Amino acid sequence: MSERRGLAATPLWQLTRVRMVGFLREPEAVFWVFAFPVLMALALGIAFRSSGPPRSRIGVVDGPGAAAVITALQAAHDLEVIRVASSDAEAALRRGRIAVLVRPGDPGAPVLTFDPNRAETRLAQLATVEALEHAAGRRDVVGATLDTRVRAGSRYIDFLIPGLIGLNLLGTGMWGIGFPIATARQQKLLKRMLATPMRRSDYLLSHMLARLVWLVMEVVAVLGFGMLAFGVQVRGSWLAFALVNLLGAVTFSALGLLVASRARTIEAVSGLMNVTMMPMWLLSGSFFSADRFPTAMQWLVQALPLTAVNNALRAIMSEGAGLLTVATPLGIIVAWGVASFFAALALFRWE
Amino acid sequence: MSAPAPSVPRVDPAIQVRGLAKRYADVVAVNGVDLEIRAGECFGLLGPNGAGKTTTIEILEGLTRPDEGEVQVLGQRWTGGADRALRERLGIQLQETKLQDKVSVLETIELFRSFYRRGPDPDEVLRRVALEEKRNAWVVKLSGGQRQRLSLACALVNDPELLLLTTHYMDEAERLCDRVAIMDHGRVIALGTPAELIASLGAEHVVEFSAAGTLDVASVERLSSVRQVRREAGGFALIVVEPHIAIPALLAELARQNVELHRLTTHHATLEDVFVSMTGRTLRDE
Repeated sequence: MSERRGLAATPLWQLTRVRMVGFLREPEAVFWVFAFPVLMALALGIAFRSSGPPRSRIGVVDGPGAAAVITALQAAHDLEVIRVASSDAEAALRRGRIAVLVRPGDPGAPVLTFDPNRAETRLAQLATVEALEHAAGRRDVVGATLDTRVRAGSRYIDFLIPGLIGLNLLGTGMWGIGFPIATARQQKLLKRMLATPMRRSDYLLSHMLARLVWLVMEVVAVLGFGMLAFGVQVRGSWLAFALVNLLGAVTFSALGLLVASRARTIEAVSGLMNVTMMPMWLLSGSFFSADRFPTAMQWLVQALPLTAVNNALRAIMSEGAGLLTVATPLGIIVAWGVASFFAALALFRWE
Repeated sequence: MSAPAPSVPRVDPAIQVRGLAKRYADVVAVNGVDLEIRAGECFGLLGPNGAGKTTTIEILEGLTRPDEGEVQVLGQRWTGGADRALRERLGIQLQETKLQDKVSVLETIELFRSFYRRGPDPDEVLRRVALEEKRNAWVVKLSGGQRQRLSLACALVNDPELLLLTTHYMDEAERLCDRVAIMDHGRVIALGTPAELIASLGAEHVVEFSAAGTLDVASVERLSSVRQVRREAGGFALIVVEPHIAIPALLAELARQNVELHRLTTHHATLEDVFVSMTGRTLRDE
């Protein structure tokens, strides 16, 4: 007979530990929380990568004067020049192997053949003419300065990473809280624990604590990958970034608790979770901007907690916003969290 | 249910129940149960499914509130609020609980141990239920018997004054229990030591047989030493005082009736026979 003391012997610590090891020993759960968002970021980041300014391929028909034309065109950086035989010229143009066909007019002006209805061939033709004119001695009169730096945070991957973090906060909050609670209820483990002196608040709190540990790990995984692989940055305050993640995680956990408050079976809770998450997957602007939905729908779209999390994360990461700038989405997040938590407490059944 | 014997005999009963009733929407689960269980005795509650055992035990465990009646456990009433002090003193095992699969035996015991202020070290509990070798095994890897022992271990982590266990084995109850109550349709229909209950049959041997053809039951009932005849699935059962008198008489009677004997077995009467003779149904009936 002994009295055990210390943090390791407290019910809150033990409950949290069992939750954590139970999760880490499920390979599927670990995959969906950590690996899946990283793979998604990788696939979408590669599919929509920026590959530098486009280069147009110009064909020059072989013959007298071809060498001079080729030298003139090679001075332009956005042109790639190939020499084509006269007999192959039309076929190369038709198949799109070259954008513009140049027949040197030795003597006389060269003849350019291209399709004026396509933007890229039209651009290639303009660049070709410009290169030829420059080579012939034309001077720029206006002399505009060209600013070609890519604006920070404007790439698709910069848009995507905050959306993936938001989606992950939603998914982990719902599955990570709702699923184990419904399972424990179905397996009568909640009832068994109720027969001990365990405080009910310790049980609910342990789910929240375990959730916050995963939060740190999953945000580090997705953001770290975005930073290392694509150079994504957090331009605003790290404190604001951390706070939005924390509030988002707590709010979605409360939503998970609400969904699991009555469900007696795993099937029931899975259905409820999908019904809750599906509208946010579609409407909350994780993969494309929520502004694309019609104005009449915007009140609904903007009121969803995931929209608020995504908007706040994007403002902080891409636009360098501080806490005050994201006060409105933060308010929406907190309101959802408080309402869900109290509704869950009122509805919760231990059996 | 058992209450380990305290060093000084207690005067108060460990459990006292008066006029207990519990109704659900469409069934009366418990319908006027009185029980008094003494400190130090091992008490068994038997009955078929739906007899009201589980509801009665859950009321004793403070997990279900009765509609009527009084319950005192270790001298305290369940209040619905400040029950933690009473829970500190109880050890409980629920038949249907499934512990978390991918948590180890030791982790499970440490978890339950953490809920109580006092109790033995987890390793000591492991030793008591002989699960030391499975210390670091996940629950999912345990056999059915090992899971039962782990479930028992969770009930022992606080050295309880009162243990409320659920078992489905009749022979265990007969062998281990000092007293037994048999429940049916929400009521206690028999109460006593296993020996007393069996003695209430009027004889303590059972002869079971099956035969081809039509048997005149009334003449078997009149045979010497036979106290009761009942039909059962695939034959008949006789409750007899002295098998060495009843069996030759039975064989002679079957020969007289020209009925061929297919099978004959004998056993000592059990609590199962007591229940069947009182209700006409077996305990296993759904």
